[in-house]
Amino acid sequence: MFHLTVNGTDHVIADDLDPSTPLLWVLRDTLMLHGTKFGCGGGYCGACTIHLDGVAVRSCQTPVSAVGNKSVTTIEGLAAADGTLHPLQKAWINYDVPQCGYCQAGQLMSAAGLLKQHPNPTDEQIDLAMTGNICRCGCYNRIKDAILTAAGKAPKVEPALLSAMEGNGHVGG
Amino acid sequence: MSVVDAKFRRKPAASDNYLAEILREAIGGPEPEMALERRSFLKLGAGTGAGLVLGFVLKPDGKASAATGASLPNVLNAYVRIAPDNMVTVYSKGPEIGQGIKTAFGLIIAEELDADWQHVRVEQARINPMIYGNQGAGGSTSIPRNWISLRQAGAAARAMLVAAAAKEWNVAAGEITTLNSTLLHKASGRSLSYGAMAVKASAMPVPDANTLKLKDRKDWRLLGKRYSGVDNLKVVTGQPLFGIDVQVPGMVYANYTKCPATGGKVKSANLAEIKALPGVKDCFVLEGTGVAAEVMPGVAIIANSTWAAFSAKKKLKIEWDESGAAKESTSEGAARAKQIAAGPVPKPYHNVGDVDAAFASAAKTVEAYYEYAFVAHAPLEPQNATAWWHDGVMEMWVPTQQANRGLPQIASIVGVPQDNIVMHQTRVGGGFGRRLVNDYACEAAAIALKVDAPVKLVWTREDDMAHDFYRPGAFHMLKAAVDKNGRLDAWQDHIINYSPDGKSAVFAGEMAPNHFPSGLVPNLRYAQSLISPFLTPTGAWRAPTWNVLVFVQQSFLHEVALAAGRDHLEFLLETLNRDGAPAAPPEPARPDSPPRVPYNAQRATDAVKLAAEKSGYGQAREKGRGLGLAFCYGFGGHMCTAIDLSVDAKKHITIHKIIVAADVGPIVNMSGAENQAKGASIDGLSTAMGLAIDIDKGRVVQANFNTYSPLRMRSAPEVEVHFLQPDFIPSGLGEPALPALAPALGNAIYNATGERVRQMPFSKLGYTI
Repeated sequence: MFHLTVNGTDHVIADDLDPSTPLLWVLRDTLMLHGTKFGCGGGYCGACTIHLDGVAVRSCQTPVSAVGNKSVTTIEGLAAADGTLHPLQKAWINYDVPQCGYCQAGQLMSAAGLLKQHPNPTDEQIDLAMTGNICRCGCYNRIKDAILTAAGKAPKVEPALLSAMEGNGHVGG
Repeated sequence: MSVVDAKFRRKPAASDNYLAEILREAIGGPEPEMALERRSFLKLGAGTGAGLVLGFVLKPDGKASAATGASLPNVLNAYVRIAPDNMVTVYSKGPEIGQGIKTAFGLIIAEELDADWQHVRVEQARINPMIYGNQGAGGSTSIPRNWISLRQAGAAARAMLVAAAAKEWNVAAGEITTLNSTLLHKASGRSLSYGAMAVKASAMPVPDANTLKLKDRKDWRLLGKRYSGVDNLKVVTGQPLFGIDVQVPGMVYANYTKCPATGGKVKSANLAEIKALPGVKDCFVLEGTGVAAEVMPGVAIIANSTWAAFSAKKKLKIEWDESGAAKESTSEGAARAKQIAAGPVPKPYHNVGDVDAAFASAAKTVEAYYEYAFVAHAPLEPQNATAWWHDGVMEMWVPTQQANRGLPQIASIVGVPQDNIVMHQTRVGGGFGRRLVNDYACEAAAIALKVDAPVKLVWTREDDMAHDFYRPGAFHMLKAAVDKNGRLDAWQDHIINYSPDGKSAVFAGEMAPNHFPSGLVPNLRYAQSLISPFLTPTGAWRAPTWNVLVFVQQSFLHEVALAAGRDHLEFLLETLNRDGAPAAPPEPARPDSPPRVPYNAQRATDAVKLAAEKSGYGQAREKGRGLGLAFCYGFGGHMCTAIDLSVDAKKHITIHKIIVAADVGPIVNMSGAENQAKGASIDGLSTAMGLAIDIDKGRVVQANFNTYSPLRMRSAPEVEVHFLQPDFIPSGLGEPALPALAPALGNAIYNATGERVRQMPFSKLGYTI
């Protein structure tokens, strides 16, 4: 039996689960948290990035048995408990980062891990932290700009306008 | 499924050649009649208190529909709904694959409706091609194809709101103006929200689409500004959107294993052993249809989790009958192509003027051999689909680019009428042309027939890499002549394609007769040789055929310019402004084709000049640094890419900047448009520099992102995008910014180093980035 703390909630995982099951599939198929994405299964693409005790790791390379008492944070738990978006999430929306959007959960979790370590990252620190995350659509310019903006640098372009679907303009900077 | 479907059913086209359709629509040429008379609006749910819901139907007889909303299922074919609470809901009929049409379609309707964008929601429309027409996304056609109809939908809804307010206030409709979802009567100072009039508007007669006056561009309030994608909040908070996120109660999980060499059949497999593995519910063989775009033979594993299915797959042992399977190797093909290129040029399939005479009298001739590898689409969301066979209906959730094409295939596989296939369109985690094919959906349906539960089929990355419809590699032997005035006088391209049967090139490998520089050079010859058999499936990859041909053409044109002793920019502009224009496509337009955007020398010239100006063309650069230019006309766009880079002694490239000058007409969403041009440039760079699929004895060598690694952030240069926005119909932007990247890169490398790159990927010549 496994105990997992995911986004602040304790879960008991049934006995019959193979302990070598990657955390990715426990999140997706057992806990029904589909925000963490499967991209390659080999740790090459970063789509499955989550935090273990605040450190960005690849959940497809993390057996559930290796999680132990560490606290798991997924994209569903990146915003504050009251729903206030993380500065990176706000920047992602305001600067319209996504194209297909499939890699973005992993990109955001890697970026959030980076900002924990380096609240004012250099270009090189960003490149290093983000190089494990593939964006097949090629949104790298905007990902970097959004990270810098979330870290307090002046944005390169004006924020994009929002419809009713992104919160009626209340996403805020 | 409904009365409507039976009434307006259109049979699937006899020809199901989606690529031909896309290319026909993308290549430009004369503008066909806009099929306005085939479109009529109808209101839905009138008098139900739902507010105003407007849709339109395409009728097979081409006449305006007399149907009333009463017989239609509510919202089934809606385009726009205005609710009493003032919320405007727009239904996006096409798939969102990252190209941004869900946001763009919403904006186009909202503009004509004069809606307040902050009160607009966009929802995915249901899949129903009988009502929505083409619901695919390919060939950068979504915007031009729907430009008129979406504006008409918004204008019709606005006209009905105005009519309702005119009645309410007892004033002439012409005295009423609209702004931000509000009706205004200036003379009396009265105003009403759209929501307040929504129910009454639904009782107004539906205007004839052809009589609606659409806004002049100068009156646009929404279009052209920067908008965030309407699903961005869901994306950044990890809410389920994609096909792979679909969860249906009682669902089981599947994986499907096919022969690594296309066409292999299952001889035997250790089914009993697999069935006994933990979490595995079933394991069975599918014979398949034998069509790669549908279901090839293989073994399905059904399990209680994706991981259980993937784990069981590792223990699966299948003996394949490969007698009819692919056996080709790309290394052998490359060797054979070199021999063919050294031999005589075969009988041309396209011939203009007298190429031989031009070569004989030329001041200078240039010859070169170009080649490019196969590549995979590798969208980051692995192929998947969910299928549930219940109550005589195959209900499916599919991340497809082309539901239209999948529906008849699935109906045939299931053995039921197409009305019994209910397909839900999910967001798509990257298209790039891969999901124009519905093989994964066909597989899911075939598996679901044998399972008494909803089934989610998920491929591994290795499945995806091994079973793509690859962009085909090919080879070109080129020769050009320069006349005594230093002008391009003749162009000969002997293309050497792979072929399944020795009769025609593999799918998406053909070079159309009207490709550059057709129409821009007095003497032209295109000839083709074939290497066969080649049985691995090929398909449309972002900007199909342009993505490789523009590399060859624009690189070679640079070579010719330099051989002629000419400045590249001057020579390029001179060529683009020669006698005529690229020839029109020979095929007739389809009734629902988007308007053609023909080649326009002025638009081409303006794009090239803008890229040259923004990139500082002609400025002196230090040793090892070079600027390269390349032009592309395709998919309605007139595009020029300029790349400023340095190359060190170890052939490592540092790109200082990529400049894209783009003319796709007026921009709908500046943020989305810029994103497409930047993304296409990075995709083009990634592919040109380092991506190749090798095939060895019918098997794809690369298996995952370790050996097939798209560009990463540390190698991604800044892309600066400039839009010219002349008054033409807007054309699409998913593809046209990609093809000119590779030749601009190669031309820049030549200018920096003096070494010509005639091969993609460039990494095969030792270049790194």
